[in-house]
Amino acid sequence: MNIIIVGGGKIGTTVLESLVSEGHDVVMVDSDPEVIAQVSNIYDVMCVCGNGVDWETLTEAGAAGADLLIAVTGSDEFNMLCCFMAKKVGAGHTIARIRNPEYNDQSLGFIKQSLDISMVINPDSLAAAELFNLIQLPSAESIETFAGRNFQIVEWILHPESPLVGMTLMEMRKRFPASYLVGTVGRGSEVFIPSGSFCLQEGDRIGIAASPSEIENLMKMLGILREPTRNAMIIGAARSAHYLTRHLLRSGCRVTVVDIDKEACTAFAENSPEAVVICGDAAQEEVLLEEGLANMDAFVSLTGIDEENILLSYQALSKGVRRVITKINREEFTSMAAKLGLDCIISPRRLMSDVLTRYARALANSAGSKIETLYKLMDGKAEALEFRVEEDFPFAGIPLKDLHLKKNTLIAGIIRKRRIIIPSGTDSILPEDSVVILAAGHSLGDLADIME
Amino acid sequence: MNRRMVFHTVGLIVLLEALLFLFPAAVALIYREKCLGAFLISIAIAAVFGGGLSFFSKPKSRVIYAKEGFAITSLAWLFLSAIGAFPFFLSRQIPSYVDAFFETVSGFTTTGASILPRVEDLERGLLFWRSFTHWIGGMGVLVFLMAFLPGLSDRTIHIIRAEMPGPTVGKLLPRVRDTAKILYLIYIVMTAAEVVLLCFGGMSIFDSLVYAFGTAGTGGFGIYSDSAASLSPYCQWVIAIFLFFFGINFNLYYLILIGRIRSCLRSTELRVYAAMVALGTVFLCFNLSSLYQNVEELLRHSFFQVITIITTAGFSTADFALWPVFSQTVLVFLMFTGACAGSTAGGIKISRVVLFFQNCHAEFRHMLHPRSVNVLQMDGKKVDKETRMGVSVYLSVYVLVFFLTWILIAPNGFDFVTTFTAVAACFNNVGPGLGAVGPFGGFAGFSDFSKIVLSFSMLLGRLEIWPILLTLSPRAWMSKHHKKSI
Repeated sequence: MNIIIVGGGKIGTTVLESLVSEGHDVVMVDSDPEVIAQVSNIYDVMCVCGNGVDWETLTEAGAAGADLLIAVTGSDEFNMLCCFMAKKVGAGHTIARIRNPEYNDQSLGFIKQSLDISMVINPDSLAAAELFNLIQLPSAESIETFAGRNFQIVEWILHPESPLVGMTLMEMRKRFPASYLVGTVGRGSEVFIPSGSFCLQEGDRIGIAASPSEIENLMKMLGILREPTRNAMIIGAARSAHYLTRHLLRSGCRVTVVDIDKEACTAFAENSPEAVVICGDAAQEEVLLEEGLANMDAFVSLTGIDEENILLSYQALSKGVRRVITKINREEFTSMAAKLGLDCIISPRRLMSDVLTRYARALANSAGSKIETLYKLMDGKAEALEFRVEEDFPFAGIPLKDLHLKKNTLIAGIIRKRRIIIPSGTDSILPEDSVVILAAGHSLGDLADIME
Repeated sequence: MNRRMVFHTVGLIVLLEALLFLFPAAVALIYREKCLGAFLISIAIAAVFGGGLSFFSKPKSRVIYAKEGFAITSLAWLFLSAIGAFPFFLSRQIPSYVDAFFETVSGFTTTGASILPRVEDLERGLLFWRSFTHWIGGMGVLVFLMAFLPGLSDRTIHIIRAEMPGPTVGKLLPRVRDTAKILYLIYIVMTAAEVVLLCFGGMSIFDSLVYAFGTAGTGGFGIYSDSAASLSPYCQWVIAIFLFFFGINFNLYYLILIGRIRSCLRSTELRVYAAMVALGTVFLCFNLSSLYQNVEELLRHSFFQVITIITTAGFSTADFALWPVFSQTVLVFLMFTGACAGSTAGGIKISRVVLFFQNCHAEFRHMLHPRSVNVLQMDGKKVDKETRMGVSVYLSVYVLVFFLTWILIAPNGFDFVTTFTAVAACFNNVGPGLGAVGPFGGFAGFSDFSKIVLSFSMLLGRLEIWPILLTLSPRAWMSKHHKKSI
């Protein structure tokens, strides 16, 4: 695919690297000749030096024939305008990085619609969502989110002591009644879309589709979530900390935020009055101990300095905090941090680039089809696809038990008016629904493709 | 320096040469010539040497930087020429290895200077190889390798930069590999078009291939001692017009391909190039009007000589060594400017000349208004400081190397004009000079030492000086592995 990246900063180059390694044709646009020289020396991409909003620059970069334009400069407004211009020039899809929390969900929706931006990506809320997942579902291998966070597919590995080992899916449903669906099972190098008589074994990697609250329920029933997180400490009142605090408070967790900057603390306290905001130097052991570091269930270090994050996390780990998460921006430090025993590391840059790469991959796969989103599950051996049901869908209204689906496909969820239905045999697909399909070994281009 | 990667790539190039030998070998087979044996031995040597080199220096890391790019380029060209000389030498048709080396370097660098007193004595297989080296060297053998060998390295732009002529190198497509492919595609199509047109003019397929190779690479090896003089006027016109096209920056053809003809025609370099060709032709027409009565003949000879010299091909339809001094001066001037950057021509390149004059103008203004801020522009784009500096420094080093070569070959005892134009013709990859090295003369009279010096000056000219000079610098070869102390 032809992809244009506007902005050669930290995020831009990370995305560039991963897109190039995926085999896309990438053009980098930046107004700084030094950045351009640097990028063109290291990567096999075309570089255009100029203003990314300028018609001439965009034309030179080939925006007219581009499948995707990603605007990741430091300015939100520039990114918006750049996407708008690119769309006018003729780019297929556009993605803008918009970071300022003043653009809330509603205004973002409006911006997206009126500027025809395909996706708005906020590195802070992305990082916060990932952090929240890491705190809440510590045993999950991976979590994919559909239809605006209301529907997830969570993968985890069955340990020998798990009650599910040796159970068929039918029995599992009886013993642990909740609204969920075992969508995929990976065993060895094979991937199954299991039926009710499928028997689970030790070491299986199972993918469960459900709404986030149902998944939590199920995990509680299974005893995977032994101690819920009640106390969390966050160092650094960054924007991502703000979003994370919101998530944590909503889930009933007490949050303590420590930052050295008075103004940042004040702003934070204004935004999240329920959180305890401490203005102090986190590097002083006294400050953290006084705020009860030893009693914390989770510790998240989010300052802007990698070294500080590593040292603070190490300190928390030695004080016996169960869940320690470290933010590290420089890839080189990750292996060093792992040597110190810090196994839970988050890199916002890497997250952004993963999301964008996945988007590009989905776009490349879905070219010419009606797929809304596409995720690769089980290391790429299975796919989860989200379709929007059209008015003239021939199988609308027919109960699912009367439909003849292809082998190794599964209707994992129906989203009707923002409500999730985990389908049973009596449910049916209606026009205007969104449907999430799991498939292994098929390439689906249309919803009707799943029928025999 | 990532030495393993350097030698690995050089080995691959030599392997590629073994494949390229197959073409002249096939020609030798078709005409049942003795030189077939020489080609087969050369193929074996190239395959063993290249295969061994690339196999025993499997790189641990494929990361290359600018210095590796320079080293790969200059060593590849050196080995390519050294091994490319074997068929001439082994077949005993050029008995001296130094002569064979000179001839091959002259081929690959698209110079077209020859030590052969009578070209007709060579067998057709060897004639084909001689001209085929022009075609390969014209667009660049490393560019060729890039185009067809995937995954050599992510940073092959350093190699392309070292091999492609011109002050800056722009990519046409995001990937180096795709860019190289497009360039070769344009090159092949244009060459094929010329072959077809020459065949129309009654040339045999062999002859038209040889002349098309010479034109495409702007090299200038012919298969007759009188170069292109004995060809029909139609063929001379075809060659001249194609020379003009091969002297244009290939990036502009890509612009035409994607339908941006207007921005192609707006190119400053193209306009200056066309203007220089037109002006040169007019000058020559006036100066030569007494020599030729027929208007078509006058125009043809003037245009042909101007175009052949400015594109640094070095074909000739007339012995311009006998022309009036004014015409000769115009031609010598054109030898130095060369044609457009990014084409197959040699010389200083018109874009550098344009930048140089703009630079002078800016400096002039700066002296008049010491506080003035001067920005150079080319095709509506700002020329950055490095490029500006680069052009000035290049010209200084160019003059330096020129004088050094001149001094080194002066002891041969030729007259002033011959010595000067021999260096100019080799260094600018033109081929024929004036005096004894004129279009119908040759370089046979020079000593072996001078031939080697001139060979290197051709390589310096083709690779635009820096790669060779930087490869000779010991600092570039510094390795991070220190010898273990005992």
